[in-house]
Amino acid sequence: MRAVLSGDMPRSRVLALILAVILVALALAPFLFPGVRTVDTAARICVFVVLVASYDLMLGYGGIVSFAHTMFFGIGAYGIALASTHMGRGFDALIVGAGAGALVAAALALVIGLFSLRVRAIFFAMITLAVASAVAVLVSQLSGLTGGEDGLTFQTPRALSPAFRFGDSLLGVKLNGKLLVYYLVFVGALILFLLLLRVVNSPFGRVLQAIRENDFRAEAIGYRVVYYRVAATCLSASAAALAGSLYAIWLRYVGPDTVLSMEIMIDILLMVVIGGMGTMYGAVIGATLFVLAQNYLQALMGSASGLVEGVPVLPQLLSADRWLLWLGVLFVLSVYFFPTGVVGRLRQGR
Amino acid sequence: MSPPILQTRDLTVRFGGHVAVDAVTCDFHTGQLTAIVGPNGAGKTTYFNLISGQIAATAGSVRLRGRDIGGLSVAARTRAGIGRAFQLTNLFPNLTVLENVRLVVQCHAQQGFNLWSMAASHRELTDRAMAVLERVRLADLAGQTVSELSHGNQRKLEVALLIALDPAVYMFDEPTAGMSVDEAPVVLDLIAELKEQSDRTVLLVEHKMDVIARLADRIIVLHNGALAADGEPAEVIASDVVQEAYMGRDLEDV
Repeated sequence: MRAVLSGDMPRSRVLALILAVILVALALAPFLFPGVRTVDTAARICVFVVLVASYDLMLGYGGIVSFAHTMFFGIGAYGIALASTHMGRGFDALIVGAGAGALVAAALALVIGLFSLRVRAIFFAMITLAVASAVAVLVSQLSGLTGGEDGLTFQTPRALSPAFRFGDSLLGVKLNGKLLVYYLVFVGALILFLLLLRVVNSPFGRVLQAIRENDFRAEAIGYRVVYYRVAATCLSASAAALAGSLYAIWLRYVGPDTVLSMEIMIDILLMVVIGGMGTMYGAVIGATLFVLAQNYLQALMGSASGLVEGVPVLPQLLSADRWLLWLGVLFVLSVYFFPTGVVGRLRQGR
Repeated sequence: MSPPILQTRDLTVRFGGHVAVDAVTCDFHTGQLTAIVGPNGAGKTTYFNLISGQIAATAGSVRLRGRDIGGLSVAARTRAGIGRAFQLTNLFPNLTVLENVRLVVQCHAQQGFNLWSMAASHRELTDRAMAVLERVRLADLAGQTVSELSHGNQRKLEVALLIALDPAVYMFDEPTAGMSVDEAPVVLDLIAELKEQSDRTVLLVEHKMDVIARLADRIIVLHNGALAADGEPAEVIASDVVQEAYMGRDLEDV
């Protein structure tokens, strides 16, 4: 257990329990919550856990602010889409697409990092913003290659399509390709998360923390700060690209709004902050809470507003259309009461 | 005499019109403990910054074992053998005492880019870090977060990081500043021990004359950025230059 978690135990009974519940719920999601919407939500949580964890490697451990994380995510997703479109459906296309996506993301991160991390971390943030916007425009303009604003719909291997059946049913769940894709996403996300957990608890991860704490002194004890920052950025970019690949395999569609928009970038930031920066487990909690809220807060509020019908003002306040307002309120409250995120709070309250 | 390990040649830095370090030429020999004294603002810390690379020289050179290191980064100079402790405590505040020291030991062992193994599982690194903490009497506090330490203990940890680095040239910038009377001897004994190791060179910025008299083999005096005196402790302390500088009068008035 210690080896699997790289010695980074939850260090809080409540946190351990919550993580176990999330793990079991995601592992058995198709059986526990059968339904197109619920399984889709579970798959999204898996993908976003990895995406947020990879961002946390940069922000929470390395202290590097980047606005290009969705770009790396999108590169991975488009890698799968382009490979599947041009090579035809097949696992080889998925492997090539994911591998190429991760490599391109790492190479781009290397170039951006070497250009800007040498100077000051703030320039890196600004340059990532510029590059991310440029790439987003490029993707929507190069419609011949990327399908422009419409995006690309493509086919994944037959074994991963809903039409593929490998048995009748188990506990009332159809044994089809969709179930296999879910488990591909789940296992892929789990492995990537554990790898990231390993990286932050390695000697390399300690150096990143040292750089975040005091880059001046890290340099003075002999660490070339810029190399470590660039390496962290490249690793983080590849992990984000792989998360994007999983997402594309799940959706069998990529488009600028789904994998490249600035909105996703903001969501990632919110998830990192809500969960707790520099903890990795915060990514699990933040992504789960946020994706659940995104998908179910609206419905929950709709029913809540139905319940208080007749009471003045309340139904308007709780109307399903106001869900973004409440999400905002939740965010402000969580930052106010849990400045170190949910995980930080739970670990303090031992 | 063997060639000097560290040399500065006409080392100068100007900030605008102000000359903070003014053409300091000085040799430092292995096994020697040199105290650098001078009134506040004399350029002692700036001189240190030029040697360890935090600021770039306007003119002149710094040579380590005869090689010009003026173009090297701070990290490269550290790895080449110039270790530095800071006047203002400069640690990793949210990591534990042990992790602070282990980071230094780990850099030494070139494990910084090890992505796979668990940091905490490197027994020999942990043992080396603990040994250093024993020497500065901080072993009991190994698991504490640095920001929770008392000022005196943070100063000791500052020294511990340098000891863990074990460079050829040790640079201490007022190591006992702000320490209580019973804490300071631990640090001073450590510096005395380094002096015993004949292959180590120590540069020490210090104000307390009793400390200097006890430890130093040689004293150099900086005044307004320039080298004002250089010699045996007894003769330098007795010299007019030091007497005047420490009485607070300007040398030009003499």
